[in-house]
This record gives sequence, structure tokens and C-alpha cells, in this order.
Amino acid sequence: MMAKTLYQKIYQSHVVAAVNGSTDLLFVDRHLIHEVTSPQAFAGLRQAGRTVRRPDLTYATMDHNVSTQLRSIDAAGETSRKQLEALAANCKEFNVPLLDLLHPDQGIVHVIGPELGLTQPGMIIVCGDSHTSTHGAFGAIAFGIGTSEVEHVLATQTLQQQVAKTLKVEVTGSLSPFVTPKDVIMAVIGQLGTAGGNGYVAEFCGSAIRGMSMEGRMTLCNMSIEMGAKAGLIAPDEVTFSYLKGKPHAPQAEHWDAAVSYWQSLYSDADAVFDKTVTIAAESIRPQVTWGTNPEQVIAVDQPIPSPESFSDLIKADAARRALTYMGIEAGQKLTDLKVDVVFIGSCTNSRIEDLRQAAAVVQGKQVASGVRALIVPGSGQVKRQAEAEGLADIFKASGFEWREPGCSMCLGMNDDRVEAGQRCASTSNRNFEGRQGRGSRTHLVSPAMAAAAAIAGRFVDISSFESVGGNNQ
Amino acid sequence: MSQIFAEGLVCPLDKNNVDTDQIIPKQFLTSVSRDGFAEALFYDWRYLANETPNPDFVLNAPQYKGASILLTRANFGCGSSREHAPWAIQQYGFNVVIAESFADIFFNNSINNGMLLISLSASNIEFLFSRCQQGTQEWKIDLAGQQIILGNNAAVGFQIDPDIKQRLLSGLDFIGASEQFSPQISSYETQRANNQPWLG
Repeated sequence: MMAKTLYQKIYQSHVVAAVNGSTDLLFVDRHLIHEVTSPQAFAGLRQAGRTVRRPDLTYATMDHNVSTQLRSIDAAGETSRKQLEALAANCKEFNVPLLDLLHPDQGIVHVIGPELGLTQPGMIIVCGDSHTSTHGAFGAIAFGIGTSEVEHVLATQTLQQQVAKTLKVEVTGSLSPFVTPKDVIMAVIGQLGTAGGNGYVAEFCGSAIRGMSMEGRMTLCNMSIEMGAKAGLIAPDEVTFSYLKGKPHAPQAEHWDAAVSYWQSLYSDADAVFDKTVTIAAESIRPQVTWGTNPEQVIAVDQPIPSPESFSDLIKADAARRALTYMGIEAGQKLTDLKVDVVFIGSCTNSRIEDLRQAAAVVQGKQVASGVRALIVPGSGQVKRQAEAEGLADIFKASGFEWREPGCSMCLGMNDDRVEAGQRCASTSNRNFEGRQGRGSRTHLVSPAMAAAAAIAGRFVDISSFESVGGNNQ
Repeated sequence: MSQIFAEGLVCPLDKNNVDTDQIIPKQFLTSVSRDGFAEALFYDWRYLANETPNPDFVLNAPQYKGASILLTRANFGCGSSREHAPWAIQQYGFNVVIAESFADIFFNNSINNGMLLISLSASNIEFLFSRCQQGTQEWKIDLAGQQIILGNNAAVGFQIDPDIKQRLLSGLDFIGASEQFSPQISSYETQRANNQPWLG
């Protein structure tokens, strides 16, 4: 039998029928929906007289628009309220379970899927959100879709797909202290570029990946879309199984052994051929900071901001020139000389309990620098309660951070959490596009520990030497 | 066989990596409708902070008024999966986008709205941009014959996935097409429930 990659194994096990030529109809195991990309899909169903084929495989939450200050659908403005109401009405009409704003498990769709055990190895998972790639951390094919495709999945529980190319990203060795999965994926994107993964599904492997927790693996897969990959995935292992055991929607006792035995067959065969392979030594990765307006414009914190002339590609040079102007920085400047106005710790990339623990360890006993606005937005109700129980929330509040309710928040500023024009933000989110956090906002993507350190120092600092240069120990 | 899918004025947008946050910023995503996004297209580039048109943005140049073919560079449509991006492009009047490459989700979203996205080599894209520098361009897109007709017997051929070409030419409802497989979906569901009962 021909050797297969993990992606190919999962893909083939989901083929319902060959549509024509190279297009297959694939079955979808989980369909996650939220308020922003679903209303037009439900309207389309209604218009065509269709219904939701498998409401039992469909789960909805409210996350993009919601206020993180008040648990009220009125709290983030009139149009947001209408969209949240539309989701509630649609879920009711079509019998789709909804974790609404008052539900204790409400949160960012890519945080709650895994923590409820909805996300499992071997599945195909889709959602009208590009960061659906997050769920690939469990060894699932998970990818973002548009609203027409949301409607298609609602109606048929399938999607028409073509086989993607395969990319192997191997991270060998082990990570240096203070280097996190966020730094790894930013370094990978820096190397491959924002379009380097276009047309590919990326599989992350190697000892540095094996050594990561599920939270870390989710951060890694989350940002695989930022290099254009259709999905990112990691073969499941004991770390995956023990994370899932006991979760509400995970296989229950009578099916657990059968499920694990199936999951153990989910890996790329040793002689499977990938269309492209990239190998990176974990030891070569330093804490990363983006300097520009797309995620490939990234450097290690101790490197100078590059000059446009250093890019041999004329279009990249031009993009760099434009980015420097937008970001209000100059070639040759040190990141550690840049003052920050806002610090945002949250988003589907970095709002899980482990992220908050890392940030709390940095800020404990220290104060947010004067003039810096610092927000912590936990990814879900569960994360929030756990952080409060562990005393992390008290550490943040004592340090001068705002401690918020769960939601997407300042990652994209659809609610009222925005970065003002010209302000510089150290953000644990995933996109540093122009205007992403608010018109004219200047976003630098970093890890939770780096963001926390920036909040204390009032400027970017190298987390690996933070205590000696930036901490204002009291 | 020649069948003109679209024809009209070309607007050159000389940028790489145009992301969907630029194509349509977040404040326009709270709508529950599929319509009304034309004004939102490239909003932060098209309008100054005081909401007057930005005279330096190419879409606002008088010679490109009424353009229906958008020419751009690599990795167009990267970032967020928002289908509001192709809705805005189409509602503004572009039914064809020509680029060196497209982000995957954006590509699918556009095709699902009946738009034609044409990928060309970097050298062909460069050639088309150089034509635009010589003066405004009116091109015809022959989808069946897979060529961009530039006029004066000049044309540039393009590749397209045969399944996608067929869908665009036939205007097929893709949900309706998948519903034809309903018996196969049902039998897959039965088999799935038997073999992997934990999946729900």
C-alpha cells in the first residue's frame, strides 16, 4: 500500500463521493459557527427552503463582536447587538446548540472547541473563520471557510474539496528558555513568507513540537494560516489523548479505548512523500517581534529593524518602505527602543491558561509602566475561572492590567476594544495588518511573556534578559 | 469556441499581499445582509480619515471610474476568511481579478460568487502592468478559450482548474450539485455511526 501523510489519511477517510475530475465531496465532523460569518448563510437556507442537515454536529458561540466589559448583547453597539440577536434566532429556528453570552463556557470559538472536547483527532472541522487551523493541533484537518461554504455545510454536512499539497515543517532539538510556540511559528512564517504555504497543508513535526503542550500546539497551528497554508496539523500522541480525556464531548468511557486505538493510527507513514519540506533547528529561534504590516515582516528581538534596501526583491523592498512609514519606525532602529502605548494579551492565538500563566510569571510583583494601557482578555469562561482560581487574575489586577470577559476583542477590534491611530501595541494576536486593531493602529506581534514584559517596561524588551534590564521589582 | 465572460476597463492595484482587512475593514462586518458592501471596498485606502476620497488611491483616479477588471500582484486576499471581501469587490463592479496568486480561502469564496480569478506568472503580470502604464486598458476575458484579449491581436493565455471553469460557465448552484449526492451522504453517515460511534 502506498505510504500516506497524515493529511492524506484523514482526507481519504472522509470522501463521500467523487464529484467530478479532481473534486471530492468530504464529510464534515464538526461545524463551528459564530455571529459574523453565519447570518447570510442562514438567510440563504431559508430562502432556498433548506434546513440544517446535522444540527447535532453544529455548535455556535458569540465571540467576535461581544463586549469584554459587560455580559450584555447591547454593550458593543447597535449593529453588534443585531448580529448577536440574529445568531440566537437562527440557532433557535434550526436547533443549533448555542453558547451565548451568558453561558459559562462561552468564549472564542477556537478556544472552546478544544476545551469542550468537540475537537478530536482524525476529524474534519470547519468554521467561517480563518483561524480554524487551530484545531489541527489535535491531528484533525481544520480550516476556515467563507459564508457560502458555511451555508453548504449547514445544508449538506459536506464540502467540495480538492487534495492540497503537503508541506512538512520539522523543528528539531529543543527550544531555548523564554522561546515559546508563538516564537516558533513566527520564525517559520518569517522564513516561508505569508504566501509560502499557499496551496499546502502543513504538518508540524520534530522533537521541539513533540515537547509542546496542547496549548502550545494550538498556538502553532493557529498561525499556519498566516503563511497561507490551508491547514496546519500535528499527529496526535499521549499529550493529545490525556488533554481530551474527561472533556464533556470527548469519547466517553465505553468508546474511549476504541477511539484512542483509532487515533494511534493517525500519523504520516515513515516513507510518506511531502511536496515540500522545511527543517528548522529549535535552538536557532530567538524571541520574535513583527516590525511591519504582515506577519512575515518579523525579526528576533535583538535584531535591528531591516532597511528596505536589504530586500533583493523590489516589491518586498517597496512593501518594507511602506511598512516602516506606517509603523512610524526607521531602518536600523532597535525594537527595544520602541515605546508601547497598548498591550493586548488575548485572541485565539494566545488566550489559554498556559499563556496567562506565562504572562503572570513575568508581571508578578511589578507594575504596568505609566501611560501604558494593558488588557488581558481570557479566551473562554473556563480559562477565566481557572485563572481566577489560580490567583493569576489577582496578579494581573495588582499589576495594573484590565481583567476582561472572554471574546476576540482587540485582535480585530470589532467591538469597542481598539487601538487608536498612531498608537503602538504589543499584541499576542495573529495579524499585524494595517488598521487591524483600529484605523492607524501599529501592531507588533509577540508571545504572551514578551507582551507582559513590554507592559512592565513600557517598551519592547528581550524576555531572556528581562530581569536585568526591564523589571521594576518592588 | 469563444465566449466572453467579462470585458471592460482595467484598474491596476500595484501591491503584493493585499489582505482582506484592507479589502473590507472590520467595521463593515456587522451586517447581516449580503448586500451594500460596494462603498466599503478598500475603505481605509479609498477614504481619508475625514471620510473624503483619498486622491492618491488608484480606485479614485478618474480614468479608472467604472473599471470591471482588477489587476494586482501576489497573494491577493490573504488573511481573514470574510466572504464580505469578494462581495465588496463584486458589488463595486469587478467580476474578474488577475493576480500572480491568491490566498486559498479568498479564492474559493470568490468562485462561489461566480467571480473569475486568474493567476498568471510573475512575468505575465509584469507585462500586464506595463501595458497599464502605457494608457488605460480595456480587455476581454474569454473563459472558454482561456485567454485575456488585450486588443490588436494581443492576448495572454491562462490556466484554470477544469472543474472551476465548468462551474463558472454553467453557473451551477454548488449546494444543489452536492445535494445530488444525498444517498451517498446518508450511507456515509450510517457507516460513520457504526465505525466511530464517539463522533456523534
